[in-house]
Amino acid sequence: MSDGTYAYYPGCSSAGTSKEYDLSTRALCAALGLTLRDVPDWNCCGSSPAHTVDHTLSAALAARNLAQAESLGLDNFITPCPSCLKNVHNAIEHMREGAFKDKVDKLTLRPLTREHSAKSVLQVILEDVRPEGIAARTRKPLSNLRLVPYYGCLMTRPGRSMRFDDEENPTSLDVLLEAAGAVVPHFPFKLECCGGAFGIPRGDVVARLGGRVLSLAKSLGADAVVVACPLCQMNLDARQGQINSASGLNINMPVLYYTQLLGLALGLDESKLGLKQLVVDPSNVLRKAARPAVKEAAA
Amino acid sequence: MKIGVFICHCGSNIAATVDVKKVAEAAGRMSDVAYSVDAMYTCSEPGQQAIEAAIKEHGLNGVVVASCSPRMHEPTFRRTVERAGLNRYMFEMANIREHVSWIGRDKELNTVKATDLVRMAVEKLRLNRVLIPKKIPATRKVLVVGGGVAGIQAALDCAEAGLDVALVEREPSIGGKMSKLDKTFPTVDCSSCILGPRMVDVAQHERIELFAYSEVDSVSGYVGNFEVTIRKKAAYVDWDKCTGCGACTEKCPSKKSFDRFNEGMGATTAINIPFPQAIPKKAAITAGECRQLQGKKCGVCAKFCPTGAINYEQQDEFITLKVGAIVAATGYDLMDWKVYGEYGAGRYPDVITSLQYERMLSASGPYGGHIKRPSNGEEPKNIVFIQCVGSRDVSVGRPYCSGFCCMYTAKQAIMTRDHIPDSKSYVFYMDIRSPGKGYDEFTRRAQEEYGAQYVRGRVSQIYPKGDKLIVRGADTLLGAQVEVEADLVVLAVGAGAAHEAPQLAEKLRISYDSYGFFMEGHPKLKPVETNTAGVFLAGSCQGLKDIPSSVSQGSAAAAKVLGLLSRDMLESDPQTALVEIKRCIGCGKCINVCPFGAIREADIRGQAKAEVLEAVCQGCGLCNATCPQGAIQLSHATDNQILAEVEALLCQA
Repeated sequence: MSDGTYAYYPGCSSAGTSKEYDLSTRALCAALGLTLRDVPDWNCCGSSPAHTVDHTLSAALAARNLAQAESLGLDNFITPCPSCLKNVHNAIEHMREGAFKDKVDKLTLRPLTREHSAKSVLQVILEDVRPEGIAARTRKPLSNLRLVPYYGCLMTRPGRSMRFDDEENPTSLDVLLEAAGAVVPHFPFKLECCGGAFGIPRGDVVARLGGRVLSLAKSLGADAVVVACPLCQMNLDARQGQINSASGLNINMPVLYYTQLLGLALGLDESKLGLKQLVVDPSNVLRKAARPAVKEAAA
Repeated sequence: MKIGVFICHCGSNIAATVDVKKVAEAAGRMSDVAYSVDAMYTCSEPGQQAIEAAIKEHGLNGVVVASCSPRMHEPTFRRTVERAGLNRYMFEMANIREHVSWIGRDKELNTVKATDLVRMAVEKLRLNRVLIPKKIPATRKVLVVGGGVAGIQAALDCAEAGLDVALVEREPSIGGKMSKLDKTFPTVDCSSCILGPRMVDVAQHERIELFAYSEVDSVSGYVGNFEVTIRKKAAYVDWDKCTGCGACTEKCPSKKSFDRFNEGMGATTAINIPFPQAIPKKAAITAGECRQLQGKKCGVCAKFCPTGAINYEQQDEFITLKVGAIVAATGYDLMDWKVYGEYGAGRYPDVITSLQYERMLSASGPYGGHIKRPSNGEEPKNIVFIQCVGSRDVSVGRPYCSGFCCMYTAKQAIMTRDHIPDSKSYVFYMDIRSPGKGYDEFTRRAQEEYGAQYVRGRVSQIYPKGDKLIVRGADTLLGAQVEVEADLVVLAVGAGAAHEAPQLAEKLRISYDSYGFFMEGHPKLKPVETNTAGVFLAGSCQGLKDIPSSVSQGSAAAAKVLGLLSRDMLESDPQTALVEIKRCIGCGKCINVCPFGAIREADIRGQAKAEVLEAVCQGCGLCNATCPQGAIQLSHATDNQILAEVEALLCQA
């Protein structure tokens, strides 16, 4: 449907705690020939905390962002953040009901003039570039890396509004990482809760849930956990020290965005991928990735 | 014409929201109405006697009753007028209960509508003609479709009472799901020990003709005179010669065929006899697995067969039977539980279905009656049972309760402790549903005597950890999350209508619900009848049932068949299509639309005309609506009668 140009919505995390996600997403998309045009003067996506108090308000916040995308002449909204995406999906879905749309329009004063689509950057890469596209562009295969993909709760759920991948056993990250040459074991906790929004009020919950995800990843011999959600990344990476001390663990597991790893595989400059922004040092991963593939060495 | 009109109060069902006296008064002023009255309960004995008395006293020759739906009491009142000497088709019914009093609250408007409906009935009745049913002979033979326990019971009961029976079973052996079970609840008696003798009775009964490995191909005809074509599937073995010795199954080199009888636990040979007690005990070849039939070199079974029974050239055979009645007893199949991604969707070998567990427990099963983990053959110590996998779950489109899983899970928990005394069983359940005789006591025994730990809550995920499975769920009584380290997980997979049940229903012209279960004639009063005369239901094809209920229905269906075929002659319904020869131009459009093949072309004085086979015609009226000349009329619902009703409604006096 598109000519490769998308209305790109970075979301608040990209401007703060997950700058590296935004950086690496832009670098990867550029390398894949996907043109991102930033939604101008974007505002909060409405997913938190607006949707917990007022659905009209949270939909109106999303609707204004869509209206801003319309001003670019675009109706193919994409975002790297699954939480933003969920709220946009909800808004689009609910606005199909006339009475609700009227209420939203009254708040935004900018009635939407067309039907918008919303996708994650991950969905666009999977559907438009496809694993074969990644494999074809891979310069430095990740063959030495054993990576466990961690989707978190929101990437595919609730299924009826996200309409992407398998609700209970998603494989989109799996196939993209495999296309880039990585070894990807089945990760039973790929959809587990990371503790999410409880980060501030209940650190103990995050420590317990995050500890479980990281322990299983470690027991599977993973070199890194690969994520696509800024909140998951923060909970598993920035809080890893807290998790270790609260749960009596000793885990040192880098937590990277899939965009960073695909970027590495495509041979992008490391400085463009924001690897220095990670809390748990990924240098071990980078060293392994840089080494020639084991199979080739053996040959 | 002298018409009598009877307006029923139906207690307060009608009288509360319809002014029945006013309706009766209005009816008294309608054309040809000689008598009209309201009555408390028209269908009661005094109510019916009042109708009979009025017919005689006032010399009535037509009757209208305004009461409930004709589906409820039309046959009742037809008999009433017949007793008073009228033809039963000189009767009309106006539905002022379901169509008026139950659905409208405004008494004044209801009264107007009820009066309109009565006027329509009167106007139609004025054009009614006397119709005489024809007598047709009935074939004293019954077809039973499905050789599970319900079908076996129906077949044996009919045969014992002297009817000839044809029993059709799609699998190579009869026995159905019950033959796969190890034990039965709540007595824990051996399933094959109680079913086996019945299966042998079927094989030995002189009145029962068994068509195993066969399916119903087509059905035509009508009650008393069905013509059924049975497709006997090619087994590639001449069953007249096969002695069931099993030499072929020992020698067959293709040993990795999917074992249908054992639910895929273990493999079988391409030529096989499903189980030791199979009836008939004959070998059949699975074509897709057979080397010879796949064009490779083999022919081993033919070489070793001592009777020369193997025939690789065998084709499907079609057999046509005439039967007077049909019993559908096609049972159920388990749903495809692999839609549950959270339970591994089939990725984990140690997550099995309850039916697979039955085969594991069975001494004649692939595990020799030993409980082992399919992944490594070790004896499991912690076994988790998960109930309602595909039952009472709207998210997978199955909102209904399968009915028997609570009970067999309790049985399996008991059997597990019997087989492995130091094992521990956990049962995740939503509610325990055990309303049968001795059933609730049985589930308590599983908990109290056999130590099964019942956890009230759903399982959210199963995932592997080392070589164990972690089952994580909620304990809603504790309000806590629980995790169980399991060696084996048994899913109580919900059941649905048998595969291809809807296709059979179409052939039998019976209705089925959105889940594929066949519709009974009335949910309470006609549980084994259908709305197609001569077709009856037994067992889980009508709705899921345990063994005692299935057997009861098998007997009930047999009783209905015997009642029907106890008469030598049946009455045909005279409400059929009728061709007015002068108007018919022989275009043949009616022949094309008739779904029953009841119209044929006849040569009448050198001209092609349509001719209705009255015995086959079901009176649906498609031909009537299609005929460009208006030459085909439906007796008892002619164009003129329908127009009279419309006129009565629109052009009120």
